[in-house]
Amino acid sequence: MELEELVANFRNKDDKAFEKLYAMYSDNICGVINSIVKNTDIAQEICQDVFMKAWKNSESYDASKGRFFTWMLNIARNAAIDEVRSKSHKNSKQNLSSDFFVNVLEDKDDLNSQVDSIGIKNLLSNLKEKCIQIIDLLYFKGYTQKEAAEELAIPVGTVKTRNRSCIAQIRGNIAI
Amino acid sequence: MDTEKYIASGILELYVAGTLSEEENLDIARYAQEYPEIKREIEAIEAAILALTKAAAPKNTSNKGYIDLKNRIAKESETKVIALPKEKSNWATYTGWAASILLAVGLLWMYSENKNLKSEIHVASQTNTVLEQQIEDAKTSLEKSQELLTTIRDKDIQVVALGGQTVDPNSYAKAYWNKKEQKVFIDAQGLPEPPEGMVYQVWSLKLSPLTPTSMGLLEDFITDDNKVFALSNPNDSEAFGITLEPAGGSESPNLEQLYALGAVSS
Repeated sequence: MELEELVANFRNKDDKAFEKLYAMYSDNICGVINSIVKNTDIAQEICQDVFMKAWKNSESYDASKGRFFTWMLNIARNAAIDEVRSKSHKNSKQNLSSDFFVNVLEDKDDLNSQVDSIGIKNLLSNLKEKCIQIIDLLYFKGYTQKEAAEELAIPVGTVKTRNRSCIAQIRGNIAI
Repeated sequence: MDTEKYIASGILELYVAGTLSEEENLDIARYAQEYPEIKREIEAIEAAILALTKAAAPKNTSNKGYIDLKNRIAKESETKVIALPKEKSNWATYTGWAASILLAVGLLWMYSENKNLKSEIHVASQTNTVLEQQIEDAKTSLEKSQELLTTIRDKDIQVVALGGQTVDPNSYAKAYWNKKEQKVFIDAQGLPEPPEGMVYQVWSLKLSPLTPTSMGLLEDFITDDNKVFALSNPNDSEAFGITLEPAGGSESPNLEQLYALGAVSS
């Protein structure tokens, strides 16, 4: 079944379609949340909550305003950031912008995870620090182009081009 | 549109990140439908991000999985089902509300009925007052008539008929003269209404030689109901005459406007 059709059925509260979408995206959504909250148990809780929220508000998804994954990504980031800012999380003194998603990837690598079909090392090979920074801000932390430019102290236009070349590198790594 | 250049701008990467404005999102969704190469590019970018985000997933994601969600969805709909009979058992509350609404409506209705009745009573009592006034007026009028009747039936009264003259032969009047009390009642029922600015003047006449003496004016002739006017007459009259004079009366009678004349029978 085409993604468009799946998403359309999901909007009409078809739980079969929802199950398929969950299978397709739960790892990704949970991964984004995990990279922000940096606690696998909490990440899983939030991840399930995020999918529940998506189910309840399925009719509010509008395909003309963005990809389904992007919509889920947005819900997930907001939920994870809310968690990090909440009282319970403040105690662990984690700062949202102090470290990058790669830390999570590296931790996982240490644990010798077998989840990935593509090796993390391969995926990120030759990726420069500035690429990791910009990808982290735009995809994992939900910064706007302008916010990312300010954070990285680079011109707004540069954010777009640099990000494109970084993503291109990852695409190249996948192709290998 | 130069799709290659558009793709190279890096805007599609931001589209997947979800950081564009709503307007830009709508544009790109439209381009993706129009240009297959844009759609392919978006999917390729998304694939890269999917690979990246998947790598960050907690290693035991499958522990919870979709079964957990399915249970939660089932629970959600269950609580909805439970909520129904609960509402049903509230019929007593609804009955109570219905009763109180009925009561409120009833009270309002009674209030407005009461108000209507009050205003009806008010109207009736006003009508009553008017009727009482009419009865009072009728009584007064009757008393006046009786008084008048008594006066002209007095044995000392001498009746003098005043006949119509050349100005208006159909006119007539009567004088009721009480010599003792030196009073004359003029019944002017048979005279036409005087034109505006004119008034009837009554004269006492001595015949040889002819000497008229004014006895007074028949003021407010039109508005007077019984057209009976009381005048004092200290003269030793031999005849009475009524002439039409300018308002305020005249020194001597205008004989051309003599309406009624009659001699006292001795």
